[in-house]
Amino acid sequence: MTPIPFEQILLLGTVLFVVGLAGVLARRNLILILLSIEIMLNAAGLIFIAGGSKFHEPDGQVMFLFILAVAAAEVTIGLALILAQNHASRTLDADAADQLRDR
Amino acid sequence: MIASFWLIVALPLSAFAVLILSGNALGERRSGRLGCGAVMLSAIVAAIASVRFLRTPPPNGYLTGTAWHWIASGPLRVDLTFRFDALSLVMVLVITVVAAFILLYSVRFMAGEKDYGRYFAFMNLFVASMLLLVLADDLLVLFLGWEGVGLCSYLLIGFWYRDESAVLAARKAFVMTRIGDTALLLGIILLATRLGSLRIEDILSMAGNAWHAGAALPAVVALLLLLGAIGKSAQLPLQTWLPDAMAGPTPVSALIHAATMVTAGVYLIARLHGLFELAPLVMRLVAALGAATLLLGGAAAFAERDIKRVLAYSTMSQIGYMFLALGAGAWTAAMFHFVTHAFFKALLFLAAGIVIHSVNGERDMLKMGGLWRKLPLTFAAFTAGACSLAALPVFTAGFYSKDFILYSVAASASGGIIPWFCGLTGAFITGLYSFRMLFLVFFGERKIAPAPEAGISMLLPIIVLAAGALTIGFLETPPALGGVSLFSNHMDGILGSPSLIAPLAHDRLALLFLAAFASLAGFFVAWQRYLRKRRLFERFVKAPAVMSVYGLCAMGFAFDAFYSAMIVRPFSVLVKLNKADFTLAYSTALARLTQTAHALLSRTQNGKVRFSVMGIALGAALLLAIGIFS
Repeated sequence: MTPIPFEQILLLGTVLFVVGLAGVLARRNLILILLSIEIMLNAAGLIFIAGGSKFHEPDGQVMFLFILAVAAAEVTIGLALILAQNHASRTLDADAADQLRDR
Repeated sequence: MIASFWLIVALPLSAFAVLILSGNALGERRSGRLGCGAVMLSAIVAAIASVRFLRTPPPNGYLTGTAWHWIASGPLRVDLTFRFDALSLVMVLVITVVAAFILLYSVRFMAGEKDYGRYFAFMNLFVASMLLLVLADDLLVLFLGWEGVGLCSYLLIGFWYRDESAVLAARKAFVMTRIGDTALLLGIILLATRLGSLRIEDILSMAGNAWHAGAALPAVVALLLLLGAIGKSAQLPLQTWLPDAMAGPTPVSALIHAATMVTAGVYLIARLHGLFELAPLVMRLVAALGAATLLLGGAAAFAERDIKRVLAYSTMSQIGYMFLALGAGAWTAAMFHFVTHAFFKALLFLAAGIVIHSVNGERDMLKMGGLWRKLPLTFAAFTAGACSLAALPVFTAGFYSKDFILYSVAASASGGIIPWFCGLTGAFITGLYSFRMLFLVFFGERKIAPAPEAGISMLLPIIVLAAGALTIGFLETPPALGGVSLFSNHMDGILGSPSLIAPLAHDRLALLFLAAFASLAGFFVAWQRYLRKRRLFERFVKAPAVMSVYGLCAMGFAFDAFYSAMIVRPFSVLVKLNKADFTLAYSTALARLTQTAHALLSRTQNGKVRFSVMGIALGAALLLAIGIFS
């Protein structure tokens, strides 16, 4: 099995990150925004793993474990916030929650 | 001894502090007692200090005491120093004694007034400032007192601040005197920069050494000081505020606008006489302004119908006499006239206040008449005051001071026959308007039924002042009538006496008779015209030329209209043109720029999460780009 070239993994990671960012920017449904954030996190994780294997360091995998933990915590809090928002305004539209606007 | 000086000033000042801080919480009784008592105590302290001073006169003629150092900036030192000499002694005694009686009168006069406490507070502040003015040994401290009395004048003219005319009169008085005050301040600054000291003693000695008589610099300084003096003393051409100032309560007019504050200009010139002696041209201007003011003021007083305005014009005219004397170098004569004038004019104002009260606030003399039966004591006191003002010979104080002035002016080197003749004509006019006032108010048929005379607390002051108005002249009498010179003995040491070179100096008796004749002639004409109502005068006053001159006099010679057309109206047009105030454009533009930027930035705060995310992403991309490409 030939190893996958490092550049291709970086490309995949970048594409995944941009897809996730585009999802956060374009989607209005809160659940899908959360989902897009997960994609961005995974993109970052993927690049860490690739970097770790390229330089023969365990740090990449350690960072990925951290990202997993952060992602789990983030999903927990994010879902709780979404539930609270849904409870308050009966909608999952992110743009409806703009009470912090200036005017 | 020195310690008592600051007590003279501190007593009324502390009474002011207590009264103004307590608002009207003290109640009428206690406010009146405190306000009047403090000034009375101050008068007693002043009297004790004066007796001690006269009994053991200091070797160089004056005492000084420094309370504290105020400013020390480079070579310039300003100390709060009191100076007590014959000149300030006379001023302090007159101010405290007259003020004490006027305040005693006010206790009853102002009864039932809403702001009783405020009235006494301001009166006490006035007395304190005036005393500071005359006791100061430093021109800057003098200026402090000078501004203090101006402020109190403003506050007290506008005492009835619900009355629009009173407020306008107060503003007019403030602005008019401010013109003079600015000139005075410029003069003080010039002295400070040129001589490096503001102590009066230093200025007088240094000016004599540094400048020679007739040079330009002392003339400029003297001219600036003179401008300050004429603003405060209501002389031509800054006199128009004084008649309007009568909108204030009558005791205020008596104290501030007759007896004391308006004579501050006379005091200033007398105090700095050494400086004026270096500027003979300015001295001549002082005499000319005095002569013009005494004639115009007298004529306006003759044509005026409002009793208080008559007295105001008369004050202008009498201060004109003082300026005439100052201009002739007769410093002592000017100060002597200040003393007698303080007594008889305060008396006339207070008596007029009783008259106005008893006829329900009517001030038009033509609507009064026949009041002497109902107000016998007031009538007697008013007659004493009017005789003294008209300078009827021998038994009135005004006669001695006016004769002293006329003689000094005629005989002194810097006077002469023309200013003397102006003064003599003025004496005739003074007799005329004094008795016109007396006859119109107290004789003839009664038109308004007067209320009975006021109580003892209002009558006592006018009786005491009437006694003063008749007897105080015996301090200084001409040689033909005893030759007493108690006043000039002490005063000449400080002020020096004028050099009498003109040939008239030997005709003292003739001058005395002429002065007496002029005032008696005024009395006689007034008697024929207003009491016996001779037909001759009726026909005379109906002539159109006389009518128009009379109308001009009654308008105060149209100075108000002239200033309004020349200064006030062009200025208000300018103000209207510049309503937006272009000088402020810079700062308003800055404010508007900030507001616009803020509005733009606040639009980004739209509350949308996705917008914020985009901001974060763009920012991160920008930072990355900078990191990579730089």
